[in-house]
Amino acid sequence: MNNTTIASILLAGILTNNMVLSKFLGICPFLGVSKKTDTAFSMSIAVTLVMVVATAVTWPIYNYILAPDYTYLETIVFILVIAAIVQLIEIVLKKYIKPIYNALGIYLPLITTNCAVLGITMLNISENLNFIQSVFNALSAGLGFMLAMLLFSGVRQRMESADIPEFMKGLPITLVAAAIVSLSFLGFAGIGG
Amino acid sequence: MEIVLPVIILGIIGLIAGVGLSLASKFMAVPVDEKQEKLRECLPGANCGACGYSGCDGYAAAVAEGKAEPGNCPPGGTDTAAAMAEILGVEIKTEQKIAHIACGGNPEITKRKYDYSGMQSCSAASLLHSGPLECAFGCIGFGDCAKACPFGAITVKNGKPSVCEEICVGCGLCAKACPKALISIIPKDRKMTVNCANKAKGAAVAKACSVSCLACKMCEKVCETGAIKVVDNLAVIDYSLCNGCGKCKEACKRNVLV
Repeated sequence: MNNTTIASILLAGILTNNMVLSKFLGICPFLGVSKKTDTAFSMSIAVTLVMVVATAVTWPIYNYILAPDYTYLETIVFILVIAAIVQLIEIVLKKYIKPIYNALGIYLPLITTNCAVLGITMLNISENLNFIQSVFNALSAGLGFMLAMLLFSGVRQRMESADIPEFMKGLPITLVAAAIVSLSFLGFAGIGG
Repeated sequence: MEIVLPVIILGIIGLIAGVGLSLASKFMAVPVDEKQEKLRECLPGANCGACGYSGCDGYAAAVAEGKAEPGNCPPGGTDTAAAMAEILGVEIKTEQKIAHIACGGNPEITKRKYDYSGMQSCSAASLLHSGPLECAFGCIGFGDCAKACPFGAITVKNGKPSVCEEICVGCGLCAKACPKALISIIPKDRKMTVNCANKAKGAAVAKACSVSCLACKMCEKVCETGAIKVVDNLAVIDYSLCNGCGKCKEACKRNVLV
């Protein structure tokens, strides 16, 4: 166990090691649902929620069941558990918190196969974080994802009324813009460790 | 034999997840209203949002709960309304709606402040000093409404969009796309419409465009049913009161009423 503080975990997760812009995980929703700010926000909330819950469940499974002999089962067990958790969260939300279920809509089932969620649970293990640190790392990764989504949805809305050459319209200019936003996050390198 | 334990571990975790999920879906199931399912099947599934709900699912749920009236689906029209009414066992009146572009100007009669050669879109042009027109309220004519129409009901000819009555279903997507908010969704059986949106007054309005409403109130004076009123320097028609006598049209010296 290292003695990284919660504050530096949060700072690193949101800015330095931003899930989307520095680690390049979760690019699919980043490009897919960033067209409007409100859908980007719903998606980020769903991702954050699932990341925290998935970490809270997978960390004990790894450390108390798989470690030390069966660590190679990590990937398959985590995929299985995350898929089940997402389904469970959906059922629970549908039953008890209908407004949130309606707001998250189709985004929740989409996260089942999101690499950012699997990525953060596996990174928590490989970085030897303890349980509390893992949960906060997942929270910061979710918030970092939200920051990236909101920033990029703003960029995309500006591009809607920009004069883009015909051959660059659509995905090409989006990828170029994503690269530039990602480049700007390099400026945070070194902050928070 | 080393493979046995991992298989068992994985199997047990999978089993717990599976049993947990099936129990959860059994005990926490939310009963779906049969009526809602049937109503949803009637709807066109375009998810256009013209009914005011998040999509066809949302509208079907609201109707099933009695929170919304059937027949508020403009793309579905009367067929959908009739089918929905049959499921609910009620009779409904539907009113067909249509988009109306409240500007009679065109590039020939509306004066220009400057020559615009930027991106050919109304939303971009309107950002530059409220658009190239002398009239800050008028139609810029690049056809953002035509691009927004999923049915191809709006065509732009000589810098002026027009709505095809036969195709338009009154979904209102064009109204959202217009940066000047010129488009309104009105009853299809309207007898008279105001073709101007200029709320300014004075000589500037008269100079900018020859078919602008000057708020002279002549129409208001001749209207027998009180359907036409001048509000904020602009004539406004109450379609439920208008009987289509046409006196306002005769009284209007600037051909604003069509």
